[in-house]
Amino acid sequence: MLRSQLSKASRKYWTSRFFSTEPPFSKVLVSNRGEICQRVFRTCKELGVKTVAIYSTADSKAPFVKAADEAVCVGPAAAGKSYLNVERVLQVIRDTGADAVHPGYGFLSENANFCQSIESEGVAWLGPPVSAIQDMGDKIRSKEIAEAAGVSIIPGYDGTIDSIDQCVEVSNQIGYPVLVKAAAGGGGKGMRTCYNDQEVREAYPMAKSEAKQFFSDDRLLVEKFIENPHHIEFQVLCSPPAGGKLEKPEDLQVVVFPERECSIQRRNQKVVEESPSCLLTDETRQKMAEQVKMLCQKVGYVSAGTVEWLVDEEQNFYFLEMNTRLQVEHPISEAVTGVDLVKGMLWVAAGRGLPPEFQIDGLIMPSKGHAIECRIYAEDPLRGYLPSTGPLLPYIEPHATGEGESYLRLDSGVIQGHAVTPFYDPMLSKIISYAPTRREAIDIMTKGLDEYVIEGVQHNARLCNAVLRHPAFVKGETPTSFLPRHLPDWAGVQLTLAQEEELAVAVALIGMTRDSFLQRPTVVPSFEPMVVRLGGFFGDAFRVTMGDEKSAIVQKLGDDGAEARTILVNSIKYDPTRFTASVSMDREMRSIQVMNEDSEGEMKVQMYGADMPCLIQSEREYQLSQYMHVPKMVDTSDMVMSPMPGTLISFSVSEGDHVEIGQELCIVEAMKMQNIVRSPRTGTIGKLSVPEGASLVTDQIIIEFGVEETEEAA
Amino acid sequence: MLVRVFNKQATNSLRKGLTTSSFRCVSVTKDYLKPTKRGFASAVPVEDNLDSNPAMMKLKFQERLQKEREQALMGGGQKRIDKQHAKGSLTARERLELLFDKDSFQEMDQLKAHRCTEFGMESKNFPGDGIVTGHGLVNGRHVYAFSQDFTVVGGTLSETHAQKMVKVMEMAMRVGAPVIGLNDSGGARIQEGVDSLAGYADVFQKNVDASGVVPQISVIMGPCAGGAVYSPAMTDFIFMVEDTSYMFVTGPKVVKTVTNEDVTTEDLGGSKVHTAKSGVAHGDFANDVAALRAMRRLLDFLPSSNEKETLPVKEATDPADRLVPEVERLVPDDPNSPYNMKDVIGQIVDHGELFEIQPDMAGNIITGFARMEGHTVGVIGNNPLTLAGCLDINASNKAARFVRFCDAFNIPLVTFVDVPGFLPGTEQEFGGIIRHGAKLLFAYSEASVPKVTVITRKAYGGAYDVMASKHLRADANYAWPGAEIAVMGAKGATEILFHGEDLEAHTAEYAARFANPMVAAQRGFVDDIIDPQDTRRIICNDLRVLRTKKMPEIKKKHSNIPL
Repeated sequence: MLRSQLSKASRKYWTSRFFSTEPPFSKVLVSNRGEICQRVFRTCKELGVKTVAIYSTADSKAPFVKAADEAVCVGPAAAGKSYLNVERVLQVIRDTGADAVHPGYGFLSENANFCQSIESEGVAWLGPPVSAIQDMGDKIRSKEIAEAAGVSIIPGYDGTIDSIDQCVEVSNQIGYPVLVKAAAGGGGKGMRTCYNDQEVREAYPMAKSEAKQFFSDDRLLVEKFIENPHHIEFQVLCSPPAGGKLEKPEDLQVVVFPERECSIQRRNQKVVEESPSCLLTDETRQKMAEQVKMLCQKVGYVSAGTVEWLVDEEQNFYFLEMNTRLQVEHPISEAVTGVDLVKGMLWVAAGRGLPPEFQIDGLIMPSKGHAIECRIYAEDPLRGYLPSTGPLLPYIEPHATGEGESYLRLDSGVIQGHAVTPFYDPMLSKIISYAPTRREAIDIMTKGLDEYVIEGVQHNARLCNAVLRHPAFVKGETPTSFLPRHLPDWAGVQLTLAQEEELAVAVALIGMTRDSFLQRPTVVPSFEPMVVRLGGFFGDAFRVTMGDEKSAIVQKLGDDGAEARTILVNSIKYDPTRFTASVSMDREMRSIQVMNEDSEGEMKVQMYGADMPCLIQSEREYQLSQYMHVPKMVDTSDMVMSPMPGTLISFSVSEGDHVEIGQELCIVEAMKMQNIVRSPRTGTIGKLSVPEGASLVTDQIIIEFGVEETEEAA
Repeated sequence: MLVRVFNKQATNSLRKGLTTSSFRCVSVTKDYLKPTKRGFASAVPVEDNLDSNPAMMKLKFQERLQKEREQALMGGGQKRIDKQHAKGSLTARERLELLFDKDSFQEMDQLKAHRCTEFGMESKNFPGDGIVTGHGLVNGRHVYAFSQDFTVVGGTLSETHAQKMVKVMEMAMRVGAPVIGLNDSGGARIQEGVDSLAGYADVFQKNVDASGVVPQISVIMGPCAGGAVYSPAMTDFIFMVEDTSYMFVTGPKVVKTVTNEDVTTEDLGGSKVHTAKSGVAHGDFANDVAALRAMRRLLDFLPSSNEKETLPVKEATDPADRLVPEVERLVPDDPNSPYNMKDVIGQIVDHGELFEIQPDMAGNIITGFARMEGHTVGVIGNNPLTLAGCLDINASNKAARFVRFCDAFNIPLVTFVDVPGFLPGTEQEFGGIIRHGAKLLFAYSEASVPKVTVITRKAYGGAYDVMASKHLRADANYAWPGAEIAVMGAKGATEILFHGEDLEAHTAEYAARFANPMVAAQRGFVDDIIDPQDTRRIICNDLRVLRTKKMPEIKKKHSNIPL
């Protein structure tokens, strides 16, 4: 309305100033694969920039290839020969005439040589200058620069410690608590946390002897021990003023985004991230942002980057490192600030300076609401996060729609039928929720995860669900120790009795709806009680009796049976094409995933991240089931099975060898990783069941132990 | 006094007999409709001759009938029933209860008794003779069944036991309903000698007569040894129960004396042996309850008889024009990369539901029942996941028998082809791959039901011809754009043609010519090269048109399939 009233001239001014329709580049190549390509392409399309994808033969049918305007194959599946093949990528840049390159994250994104080559081709690099990549890429050098810039770093003693007295002295200088650790250390061995002089005196000789024992190197180091730290990071977008070169460091425009809390990690791999953090006070945030700015100016940083910190519960913060790329978790920063970081990168690289929506008065980008991201990986949290491969079938993403100010966003690199291969990072997608409050953002996320159907590979969506529903997470207590402390030896989501009762009613309803939809006469005639078994044929039994249209009576049967309970049934909506049922009971809506039945009638269901096979039985079937024997489990104690799909590289033992517990037996390669399979017991190798070089599936028998001589055993 | 007591007793048992027995008893009512006898009887003074009083005689008979029925219902008695339960098995009647829709079973020959008088059998009476027979509804459709009762003389087969089985099959053929046999028998009733053997043969003959007329299914739920195995062997499908069932011609003891092999019952004839090694059985299930549930599911796919109209048709709840873009991604371009054809099938058939036949046998070929637009189809697919999808002896046998079942019962065939050829090797040649492969070729050629074929990737050599090719009168043949239809892979072909010279260039040339479906399409060997995502829509469309398909019969007694 307003714009139509403006004069033609002023309209032109405004559009050029704030709604510039001139694309910053004509064609952008993304030297990456998967979701980040699609993420960058999306912004490019909005800005009218043509897009180029590169891909390996293994990715020829991947969604990102189809999403690009042009796509060029750069080599075979192995990343070293395709995505990391600098020469080929440069040739594609020349052939397609791309005038800018976005490196994404991983692959060549922090490769200074690649950046150099791009720039010498006269093509714009959508990232920081080579010098910044080099400065921040080296951990020691980056700390030196940070220290010089006045950024607080983890206090420690640079040299090795030679005596107990020196150790005490250094510890006092650093301030307790301190960590006395082996210089060659790792894995917690030769490492002692000390809170006072006495403890240092006790720890010193023990750490020294452990260091000697485990690493044959008894040199020790001392550094500050940070208790219960949080991993917190600040997104920045830096630019010289529009059109101008940077003359002095202070001219660099630095926009700092509200922090991202990325403490929920498994093996240093982030799983759940949120913005802002529940930990930081406004004061700390301001102090940290100032140091971020100091660091960026010191290194002359341009484009998007991230400064990572450790923060303890007393709001002390210590610089860790700076990532010179757009990070995986950037969408949560976009969510709380409402800007497009990729657009910012394009503008900055085009020499236009910061886009208008990034032009702010203060240092920290104004924000509102709360955003959470879960990274969904094709890996098995129940098997030590081993990667899992195979076709995604079925694979159905939750509806990425919003209500009011809240929304669910899905940045995905895969699609139903896509085969997860062992060649690349196993991340499937990022699911991002945004809402005015943290509580609402959690609710949107858990609902999204409930609806997210991922079958065909093992994945961590249920673990994410468990994290988000955990009381400690809901309270905002999320130090890096979250997973080991709250969900150690996680064995899947366990439902409470009340939840199980609700699930049983839901399954009964779904079963009835499904059978009538498929015109399959039910096992249980209408209005007769049915028995729902959660966990399959021998699972817990719940008798469900449908009352009138609006209620059901459920009772857990068996030895640990419970009182009957009446549950109000409000509505059920079952969508077999999405494998999801929305069941409203006691006025609470829940999304339940339902897979197809097998030939014996068992169907896999999932509620709240807990998944199990379920079976609906008639009363008579249930009565007669009591006579059925629980199947004998195959005794696998004398076998070694492949923990994952992969290739058997080599055997370290031969038939007839005697092995001890923990002895290396063979090497299985999966996802480019060589995994050592160790002996679960002491014994004699009976048979090597597969040849070297064989491709293995999960649980395939690799080695069988021989029958022990009874005399030997005795 | 005496009279009153007697009457009271009799009336009670009569009432009991009429109300507690859930089985129809025509004779009871009939006798009461004879007014003359009743009139006469009432005129006789009771004191004179109580035993010959017709009214009393009737009542007494009622009592006896009731006792017989009670005995029939209890089978071999509570002790033996408990023993059966302790084994993890159900009784013959419990099984029928689970097989049929609630309260729909109607028993036949409940009172049938053996006629053996030797070896003390004359003094033994067990109504029903160790087998329960009758008919009922499965998912609302009529099905005949017999269920051998192991608690009654070990479910052994006597002359009369066999007659009950024969009667059930005879009736099923008359009305056109499937027969399902629940086998749990110790074998021949030795006391009867040759009468028992004759009984077996009568059953075999009836199995053969019924073959191709009504579907016959056997479920082995206990022992099935010796001659007994051959009745199931002649039915269309055999299913077994894990751990509690076994089948063999001779048991471990005989094996030990004859060949000196030590083998357990399970290792000789357990469900794992027959579903994965011998191929005798078509599937196994965890226990009795699960097996019977699965049978209900299977029957839901099958027609009642060879009458085309009896094919079950469900409302089309899965849209026929549903696109399946996933399937293209499921099939790797590299002809040497494996994938699971079941995933492809799952996307194309209604609701992804496939009832697999012989899932544990010859994994290189998939056979199973599914629906397209609500109509039952038989699906066959080469599975590159096992042996690269090659045809071998086991795969040929598995698929050939399945194709013949479908053809016999008017079930259209949908074939998915990705076959690199026949499996080479001495084991295969010595085993007679020529003869066995010919069975599949024969079965496909002979089949006159609608045949729709889709080549997803490789179709090489003779195996291309075998897999429901156009040349075998398939009705609709399609290839995906990535298909390769050739005598062999480009590399192998070039080696023969050019004797190792300039291999790379020639391979590329051969590949450009034949590593695509263009030549086949130009010749009309495929009707079209289709976009994979249209596969479901096109198959549904063809099957709809082909529902009226008729093939002229060539007059002959019967063909001579190379057995």
